Amino acid sequence: MSLRYPFSAISGQDELLLALLLTAVDPLIGGLLAFGDRGTGKSTAVRALAALLPEIRATTCAYHCDPDSASAQCDHCRKEATHKLRKMSIPVVDLPLGATEDRVLGSLNLERALSHGEKSFEPGLLAQANRGYLYVDEVNLLEDHIVDLLLDVAASGENVVEREGLSVRHPARIVLVGSGNPEEGELRPQLLDRFGLSVEVRTPTEVKTWVEIVKRRDAFERDPEGFTALWEKQEDQTRRRIVKARKHLNDVEVPDAILERAAALCINLKTDGLRGQLTLMRAARALAAYEGAKRVTDDHLKRMAAPSLRHRLRRNPLDETGSTTRIDRAVTEVFGA
Amino acid sequence: MSEAALACALLALDPEGLKGAILKGPADGFLVSLRHLSQRRTHRIPPHIGMDRLTGSIDVAATLKSGAPVHDRGLLAESDSLLLLTSAERLSSDKAALIAAAMDHGAAFTVIAHDEGIDDERVAPILAERVAFLLDLKGFEPLDIDITTARKLLPHVAINDRITEGLCQTALALGLSSIRPAVMALRAARAAAALDGRAEVDDDDAALAARLILAPRAVTYPAPPEEEPDQPAPQDAPEPGEEDGSPTPQELADRLLEAVKASLPPGLLAALEKNLRQPGSKAGAGAVSQKTGLRRGRPAGTRQGEPKNGARLALIDTLRAAAPWQPLRRRSNPSAKGVQVEKADFRIRRFKEKRETTAIFAVDASGSAALHRMAEAKGAIELLLADCYVRRDRTALIAFRGKQAEVLLPPTRSLQRAKKSLADLPGGGGTPLAAGIEQSMLVATQVRRAGGIPLVVFLTDGKANIARDGTADRAVALRDAEAAARALRLAGFRTLMIDLSDTRTGPAAKLAEAMGADYLPLPHADASRISASVNAAMKAGA
Repeated sequence: MSLRYPFSAISGQDELLLALLLTAVDPLIGGLLAFGDRGTGKSTAVRALAALLPEIRATTCAYHCDPDSASAQCDHCRKEATHKLRKMSIPVVDLPLGATEDRVLGSLNLERALSHGEKSFEPGLLAQANRGYLYVDEVNLLEDHIVDLLLDVAASGENVVEREGLSVRHPARIVLVGSGNPEEGELRPQLLDRFGLSVEVRTPTEVKTWVEIVKRRDAFERDPEGFTALWEKQEDQTRRRIVKARKHLNDVEVPDAILERAAALCINLKTDGLRGQLTLMRAARALAAYEGAKRVTDDHLKRMAAPSLRHRLRRNPLDETGSTTRIDRAVTEVFGA
Repeated sequence: MSEAALACALLALDPEGLKGAILKGPADGFLVSLRHLSQRRTHRIPPHIGMDRLTGSIDVAATLKSGAPVHDRGLLAESDSLLLLTSAERLSSDKAALIAAAMDHGAAFTVIAHDEGIDDERVAPILAERVAFLLDLKGFEPLDIDITTARKLLPHVAINDRITEGLCQTALALGLSSIRPAVMALRAARAAAALDGRAEVDDDDAALAARLILAPRAVTYPAPPEEEPDQPAPQDAPEPGEEDGSPTPQELADRLLEAVKASLPPGLLAALEKNLRQPGSKAGAGAVSQKTGLRRGRPAGTRQGEPKNGARLALIDTLRAAAPWQPLRRRSNPSAKGVQVEKADFRIRRFKEKRETTAIFAVDASGSAALHRMAEAKGAIELLLADCYVRRDRTALIAFRGKQAEVLLPPTRSLQRAKKSLADLPGGGGTPLAAGIEQSMLVATQVRRAGGIPLVVFLTDGKANIARDGTADRAVALRDAEAAARALRLAGFRTLMIDLSDTRTGPAAKLAEAMGADYLPLPHADASRISASVNAAMKAGA
């Protein structure tokens, strides 16, 4: 596997980077959807995250269970009193478009079955991605039933396989990251709603930004090792910040007034269901933790409004106004100018 | 000398940076030249290549033969040759995405996509985005050069900031939204310098890179220089024209743009306006609909059965079914080699076909309706028929007049037949509405049983005057009609009532309510509105 482009060296996509970092601070925010132009660094950013995030301690089973949390372990690990441990970087697994259900869920291990006549489970991509990220490029082109399946697993944190005479359940705590270009096909609204955050990725319009990106990318391609070493310090800094934010996440206070404002915002925008409000609260809290604040403020809420809510607005085909504009308007109305 | 030949040399020189090319027109010369220059083999990939061949899977033939599983890693993981995608415009978007993903992960192959499409067929944008060159090979003449010295020189070629900035500005001025081409233009400029035996990129290299890589992707025609002040860049352009009066990045960008303009063939600009204004949207939609169109239905698992009568064997699933029994079978039949598959293990594929909609038109051809607006109703139906044809929906036509209802046209996809039976529709007589509703329900039930989705469209004024048993009794007729309407609603069919009478409060409105139909009064609806509401109903029902 070739070296990955350093996360800190990505420029011009602040919203996307922040959203990714927040899902690392609080995975409960739910997945992330990045829609936008091609060639704007969506894939690069997600793949760079693996190298950025701190290593985790894991058992040696196929699901790399968390040794410290019995509730999130597979049946095998739960039975063992002591675990063999290893250190590994957070998995970021690519889900290729053509992936079959077998490949995603796991299936009968053909090798064992053929050579030993044994029925055993061959873990799929979901097992590989446990405790990490599952990245689907072009999620809008993925078969609907696979997207359904992924979102179900992402929400329940568990993969249940009942097929070919197998009956297996294993932990699959994944953060689903989808990216795509909306011009090539839309996601169904009921799927949209189930992604935690969504960001719109646009091409930068400033020459300066372009030059910076092109130069960095070029430097990386020509000398990956040297370039990565150059950014190591910054990567370390961000990494430490995430670790700290995770530790303090539960200490961040969410005042009632903030919750009310969040509710007012959702009511103003007529978002369906409570998912939007919940995500907004969690995202604002994660942002506060990331920035070292003790309590969530209006400012956190305002900044998280667009990524938490823009994909949950009801669309009026006659209204051409973009979702972001509508949210900005609502924010102004709720918070005052 | 054609520039495509130069592109060929550049690609042979720096395949890691330039990734590949999309070729249009006769490609043989280019391929021969590229093979010769790069000393690499080509591997042909037809559009119908199996997904598992790309990504790798269990090699079934070898597995069966040896009795132990044999994996193959797949072309994308192991190939380091030139991947020649033939008829690349027909490569499905999911396969294109797989190739693109492999390219992102630093695959060793180089993509040469031969676009043999005509008109609006195009290579998947996800691939076009990732390769440096989009070349038209008309009049290609191979270049007789040696690239060995250039290859040695390439790692040492320097590029200064002024040229980097100039290329970026050019990309922006051409309206490019992706940054990848700009990065690749940098690589191409470097390769061009190396090809020329220089260790420093000069303006001509940049111009060549701009022409070859940025120009074919132009979305907007570059604005003339005097209209430039809306560009914020010049203010913070660093060290303008430092050494020996070389042009500033802005000036360089202008020059590059000139070069780009000169390289755009005259007809291309119009094409640009038309095609690239909305990149993706058209091509993408086409790719998606094609994807579903090519299949006979969504795979819906497998089941036990024999692969005959056109059923397709699901090999992996068959093996899976056979696997647990191998030790037992080997014991009972030790002489047989390999995997022992028996009849009971056979699994065949099942496909779920897309359910098609059938629009059943139930037309009131009685005297009262005919008097009013039969002509309009016919016009509306004709429009609807055309729509159904476009969507490949089926249509059926039922007329009720006199004492009974009659199926004039059983569900068909033939527009001709539908039109003809509509034109021949006789008019006059009583309104046996109950019979009409019942007949529609019968046809709708048949459609549903055959796996389709029925939509019943009534065109009537609702003034029933013939009862179910054929007697002319207005009150009984109305009661019968309402009962039939309720039955229709209970059966859960989707219905649309187009009211031919002049009032909105007439019996047709009541009937519509009874059958749970969407209601549309004709006096307020022109033919196109009727068509729109039928379309909406069909979409909701599908």
